[in-house]
Amino acid sequence: MSTQRETPTSTPAKRRILGPCSVVFTAANTGSWRLERPQLDESKCIRCGTCARSCPTDCITVSRDGCPVVFDWYYCKGCGICVNECPKNALSLVKERGEH
Amino acid sequence: MPFRMFDGNGAAVEAIRMARPGVIAAYPITPQSSIAEKLSDCVANGQIDAEYIRVESEHSAMSVCVGACLTGVRVATATSSVGLALMHEVCGVTSGCRLPVVMPVVNRSLVAPWSLWCDHQDTMAERDTGWLQFYCGTVQEVLDLTLCAYRISEHQDVLTPSMVCLDGFFLSHSMQKVSAPTDEEAWDFVGPYVRRNMYIDPTDVMFVNDLCPTSEYTEMRYQQKVGFERAADVAREVFDEYGRRFGRRPCTVEKYLLDDADIALVTMGSMSGTAKFAVNELRRQGVKAGLLRICMFRPFPAGEIREALKNVPVVGVVDRSAGLGAAQPPAATEVSAALRGAGCRVFSFVGGLAGRDISDGAFKGLYSELLDVFEGQAQSVNTWFDLKGDPMALREVDIIC
Repeated sequence: MSTQRETPTSTPAKRRILGPCSVVFTAANTGSWRLERPQLDESKCIRCGTCARSCPTDCITVSRDGCPVVFDWYYCKGCGICVNECPKNALSLVKERGEH
Repeated sequence: MPFRMFDGNGAAVEAIRMARPGVIAAYPITPQSSIAEKLSDCVANGQIDAEYIRVESEHSAMSVCVGACLTGVRVATATSSVGLALMHEVCGVTSGCRLPVVMPVVNRSLVAPWSLWCDHQDTMAERDTGWLQFYCGTVQEVLDLTLCAYRISEHQDVLTPSMVCLDGFFLSHSMQKVSAPTDEEAWDFVGPYVRRNMYIDPTDVMFVNDLCPTSEYTEMRYQQKVGFERAADVAREVFDEYGRRFGRRPCTVEKYLLDDADIALVTMGSMSGTAKFAVNELRRQGVKAGLLRICMFRPFPAGEIREALKNVPVVGVVDRSAGLGAAQPPAATEVSAALRGAGCRVFSFVGGLAGRDISDGAFKGLYSELLDVFEGQAQSVNTWFDLKGDPMALREVDIIC
């Protein structure tokens, strides 16, 4: 090719957005606010899903197979609602940092 | 183009139907109710392929419109009076988020005193909410301006919502002959909705309308100011195009016999037809009377108004708003500012509140007051015209000892 592109293909096109909005989510890691985290006692868990349904930020996944409860630690603020709601007392709050 | 019969609300619905909204949320309020009802009919019988979301208030109606518009569809709503007042907060969200919602507003007075009838106090209270405002003079204009408003509001450089204001009952419930484009012609003019700014899209995430720091608020208001400046030009371009396509060019201001006028009134909305009738009568008697009707109030066409009125020595501005506590009521304030230094004497008239008719006789009285000033027989005018004898003595009761 003898011609050269006026703009290099590696430069992304820019689009202006007017008005109030955020597109960079540096504050989205609400998990960093956590002082305590929910901890599961797998021997008590019956995989009923009550914790997932009661989570206000929808960051608990309950599955039939394997590990029964998976938390999304990026968003979980450690509010403890799942611990209060668990009918089998399979969840408890433990300190995020340091001994317990 | 075939003629059809519409009342103002029917014409508004016809324009909305032609623009094919995807989501509709309207809460009925007199005298807007038939817009909400007819839109519901259109969705029920398949004339509009839209989701009609029932809401419990105008605040919710506009909130639904904001959310739906952000997903990338054209939305529709309409309101009036206290409904608009309840919507006020979300109206600011709409304009601040640059969502090009087009909303017919059927003008009705605000409470108290409780009233169902026409004046401009509801929309005048919203004049600085960041919305474009058009005031219709006839039912034909309701159709024309609503169609044009989609094009103006949704323009890339404008992205600002529009209120298309029509006088309650005088227009909303008045059957008039309307020349309407076919659905295809209207769609060819309005075109499909294109999301151009922020949006709600799970595949391209944005946080819309989050807390804006002091360091950016001023700039975002400035962005809106730029939108308004472009809106003035875009409106004229869209009006030109509408005129070429359909043979009627909507106007930002309408000039009537102003070139040689000694005295002139400035009016808005449905009262203007009666005012023109009064001008014709006065002209026959040799009085050089003229009229200017403001059709686009936001952005305020100050330059055109100055150009139109600068050679008229005595000008009166008729406000259908009380303008309580203001130096002058809204329209008079703006016209005075536009004419600053032009040498005209500008006076304010207040009347036509809560549906009180402004008759041809009333207009002749206003022109007569302006003529007295022009001829040097008076220094000022009675601002509140058509008042009952002793307004302070409307109610009198016995004092119980």
